[in-house]
Amino acid sequence: MTAQNPALRREVINIYKELLYLGREYPLGYDYFRPRLHKAFASKASLTDENEIRKGIERAQFVKKEIEALYYLKRYRTLRKRYDKVD
Amino acid sequence: MSALRILVPIKRVIDYAVKPRVNKAQTAIETAGVKHSMNPFDELSVEESVRIREKKSYAGGVEDILAFSCGPPKAQDVLRTAMAMGADRGIHVEVKEGEEIEPLGVAKLLKAVVEKEKSNLVVLGKQSIDDDAGQTGQMLAGLLGWGQATQAAKVTFEGEGESARVLVEREVDGGTDVVRAKLPMVITTDLRLNEPRYASLPNIMKAKKKKIEKVSAEDLGVDVTKRLKTVKVIEPPPRQGGGRVDDVDGMIKRLKELGSL
Repeated sequence: MTAQNPALRREVINIYKELLYLGREYPLGYDYFRPRLHKAFASKASLTDENEIRKGIERAQFVKKEIEALYYLKRYRTLRKRYDKVD
Repeated sequence: MSALRILVPIKRVIDYAVKPRVNKAQTAIETAGVKHSMNPFDELSVEESVRIREKKSYAGGVEDILAFSCGPPKAQDVLRTAMAMGADRGIHVEVKEGEEIEPLGVAKLLKAVVEKEKSNLVVLGKQSIDDDAGQTGQMLAGLLGWGQATQAAKVTFEGEGESARVLVEREVDGGTDVVRAKLPMVITTDLRLNEPRYASLPNIMKAKKKKIEKVSAEDLGVDVTKRLKTVKVIEPPPRQGGGRVDDVDGMIKRLKELGSL
């Protein structure tokens, strides 16, 4: 694969790695997360337009934030259930 | 005026999502091969310290954020996480795998570190999710003779120099309790204080360059021998399921049997 823009290519790889790292704690398991993440990236592999690629990266950033929020909320709710008596 | 030197003690505990199991000898919780992470309440305290620096909420600024952990060699992992979140450096008091230091021992170690590092604010989790003792912060404040604000839901600063005060809001039954205190002080964090950031991969990589100082309890001149003895650890009895009644008469009959009517 020839990269038109090496900087952009690196960005994509970085966000992919970060998402992979986040996926290790995914509630449904890494084995669930990884193939889906891979598929999502693979489906955009044919993009050549720089703006389109940037949009894709933005979407990946958004997903990253969503996953972080998901982890935070999951932990917050569990702890709340455990420590705050709500009768 | 002096800048803040914040000490953040953290603990490596069994991950909150893991169901703890009692070991066969009924002496402790099984820890081998179980996922560990930073105590969630300690994450809150790391986050709060970093926010005090980022938001510049204290007029004198933050000079240093020091993460402290006392535990087995693997406790370094949580120190790395703390440094990835924004702590500047770490101190690790190493104990043998499987050994656990009591809250009083930890408080004494912290006192020694506070004196050595000239910390003027200690922010720690209100309790750890493994022992749930919730004692270390209070004991430390007592040993140091400092003011303390437990279960903080909001931390703000007012004034400058000598007249600087820390305002800590706490959630109590039926409202908010505000504690105003002078530095130096001890704050313990409650669940709703903030939303801890996620230690991202690049930040963890960067954190590997930050220093972790290794010391032993003897170096600090602290005696951490146990004063408490664990007699037995057992699991709570499983929850009894509820019963079903067919109709209203059946329900009244059941209630009468149980003595509620």
